[in-house]
Amino acid sequence: MSLSDIWDVLVLGVVLGSLYAVIAIGYTLVYGVLQLLNFAHSEVFMAGGFGGVIALTIFEPTADPSGIQSVVYILLGITAGAALGGFVAFGLEKAAYLPLRRRNAPRLVFLITAIGASFFLYNLAGKLFGRYPIPMPSMYENRRLFTVFGAPVSVTQFLIVVVGVLMLVTVDFVVNRTKLGSGIRAVAQDPEVASLMGVNIDRVVSRTFVLGGLMGGAAGFLFGTNLQVDYTMGFLPGITAFSAAVLGGIGNVRGAMLGGLTLGIVESFTVEIWGDAWRYVGGFAALVLVLMLRPTGILGERVGRAA
Amino acid sequence: MTTDTSVRAPLSAAARLRHRKWYQQPRWKRLFAMVALAVVLTQAIGVQGVRGDIFFALQENFTGVRLWVCLAIAVTIWAVREFGADVMARYSAALRVETDRPVERPADVPPAEGLSPRTAHVWLPATVARSVKLATARFRQNATYRWTALGALLAFLVLLPLMVSTLWQQVLVDQIGMYVLVAIGLNVVIGWAGMLDLGFIAFFAIGAYSAAFWTGGLPVEPPVELNNFLVIPVAVVTCLIAGVLLGAPTLRLRGDYLAIVTLGFHEIVYLVARNWSDFTGGTRGAPNLDRFSIDLGFWSYQWRLDPAPYYWLQLVFIVVIVVLFLRLEHSRVGRAWTAIREDEVAAAATGVNTVRFKLLAFAIGASTSGVAGVVYAGKQGFINPEQFMVMMSVLALSYVVFGGMGSLAGVILGTAILVWLPEFLRDIVAPEDRFLYLGGLLVVMMIYRPQGLLPSRRRQRELRMAEEGSGGADALGAQPGGVRG
Repeated sequence: MSLSDIWDVLVLGVVLGSLYAVIAIGYTLVYGVLQLLNFAHSEVFMAGGFGGVIALTIFEPTADPSGIQSVVYILLGITAGAALGGFVAFGLEKAAYLPLRRRNAPRLVFLITAIGASFFLYNLAGKLFGRYPIPMPSMYENRRLFTVFGAPVSVTQFLIVVVGVLMLVTVDFVVNRTKLGSGIRAVAQDPEVASLMGVNIDRVVSRTFVLGGLMGGAAGFLFGTNLQVDYTMGFLPGITAFSAAVLGGIGNVRGAMLGGLTLGIVESFTVEIWGDAWRYVGGFAALVLVLMLRPTGILGERVGRAA
Repeated sequence: MTTDTSVRAPLSAAARLRHRKWYQQPRWKRLFAMVALAVVLTQAIGVQGVRGDIFFALQENFTGVRLWVCLAIAVTIWAVREFGADVMARYSAALRVETDRPVERPADVPPAEGLSPRTAHVWLPATVARSVKLATARFRQNATYRWTALGALLAFLVLLPLMVSTLWQQVLVDQIGMYVLVAIGLNVVIGWAGMLDLGFIAFFAIGAYSAAFWTGGLPVEPPVELNNFLVIPVAVVTCLIAGVLLGAPTLRLRGDYLAIVTLGFHEIVYLVARNWSDFTGGTRGAPNLDRFSIDLGFWSYQWRLDPAPYYWLQLVFIVVIVVLFLRLEHSRVGRAWTAIREDEVAAAATGVNTVRFKLLAFAIGASTSGVAGVVYAGKQGFINPEQFMVMMSVLALSYVVFGGMGSLAGVILGTAILVWLPEFLRDIVAPEDRFLYLGGLLVVMMIYRPQGLLPSRRRQRELRMAEEGSGGADALGAQPGGVRG
């Protein structure tokens, strides 16, 4: 592996990592407020991909869109993906988790519900849209944009990183600087006291899901632009993004970002060295290793301080 | 009569004072929820999407008659619940009185208010419920009764394959028997120790591949070739070690990490089976495996293509394991699991080594799954990675949950029903839709009946207590930040 190869792999890793970081936010926020591993978040991600495809199929791009047209299509896809992701997350919380929260059900019950919901959702997508990969309509010419130390960066890759970073900055702002964010942090710290202080817990939890869903949905669309959309596409990125959240310290928003980036880079080096078949083994091994050495993740758990 | 006519709690004075739009009132919100559920249900039972046109299924579902049927059902249910609450409350009260009354009604016990107990729609269900209650009580109290019933059940199970066609014999062996064995093992992990294991079939795969390895079916030559029966202890040890290796680092952490780690582990076992062709045979798998055979010198038997003998073999395994596990449940180990489940902090404080017992449960579950794997490989005669997909772990989980976590009878019954049903409905429901319905079933079960079909009484009580705020009903670890509840 020469030096320029390393830059190639690094670029791939950063691209993948920013996707993982965006998905991991959804896991970490929900874990922060509910102490729930929301397995169904990978299906929110998948829904985002389908949302993008549906919107782009409705507003069929012309044969070779370019310039301002491409930008419009990209924005349309991201919006549709985020919207469907947010909608699915909202419905999921209302239909599956709210009845359990009302009853104060044990956490095992929550976990099983999450698994069931995940299975239901992705098979529903398989049923509605067919169990085949669906290519994303072309929105722009995916040419090489510029090079980083000799490593080419394509338009898609650039797009993913830029949108990812924008979303991460936004979510960081929302959690740390807005009223909703202080609500999220309050509920994460102590739901009972938060409700005594006038925080509407149901509303905060619901909006946390929606926030995570918006992120996950947009990431699903971006992932779809890179590859294709498929009803099982959520599963492996979901596990990896969850690992990223744990790796960085679950409940910690900046930890999720760092963890996502780390895992993306680890994964692309795994692919480079051992081949594509072992892609997810590297990330998982990294997770187990980090958990053994540092059980609370790289930046430390901050359950109770979701920021 | 001054009974509360509403099923739900009345609004507080403050809530009544607050101005609400009509659509913000709970009654209409519930209608919207029912309509949304109906729409989702329509999509779930609708047509299969096709390649090339992503709107096909959506269009069909929203224009077809299914949508209207689902909507009508949903609105009817909503209307009955909202406006028929009075009638329903009286009906259930009458039902309860009728069910609980002694067999011979004394003269001074009046019939239930409002509805005559003599009407068929009260009397019939009440009689059924009462007979079931009576039979259960007798079953619990009287040992002779219990043993007779058990003997009859066993005789029925032994004779079962002679009563069904070869096709159903295959289903009985390949699906029901195999999954029952797996579910019994998973019950130890999830039902007794209260941990969520999503990679259970990974150990099943390890068992199957060790059977293939030690009988010489893999590309790599084993040191000695063993008979399938002799592989079982080897596979048990292999799975035990794998379970401990996986569990030891993760069980010390917060319990809910275990779910994701086991899921990842399953994916890795699957990837290894598929990609490490030099050892596992890759996607082709191991095509020609030895089937079960006994050779004692003076007597030998070879299992062949006929499924019935495999069924009896499986039955023997299941009975032995069930007896062992029943002993285990009420042993010191079983009590330690109960203690951990009910309150992990308290258990640790009273001297239960929680990590050790959780690890033990994990390893015992893993090795049971390994045994099931060996039996599977010895029956099928071939294995390949596609037989050990991650979905199967979730299937096994849904079987255990459906039957009732922690209750062996429930787990076995639940598995048998859930495996049998899709086979039975094969012509009506597409096989790949199975996962859709099972996923939905898991969610609905968890909302309305988390204790399962035939719950163990202890587990049911724990779930209820956890909801009231004492104990955890699972071993997912103490909540961060202090005391739960």
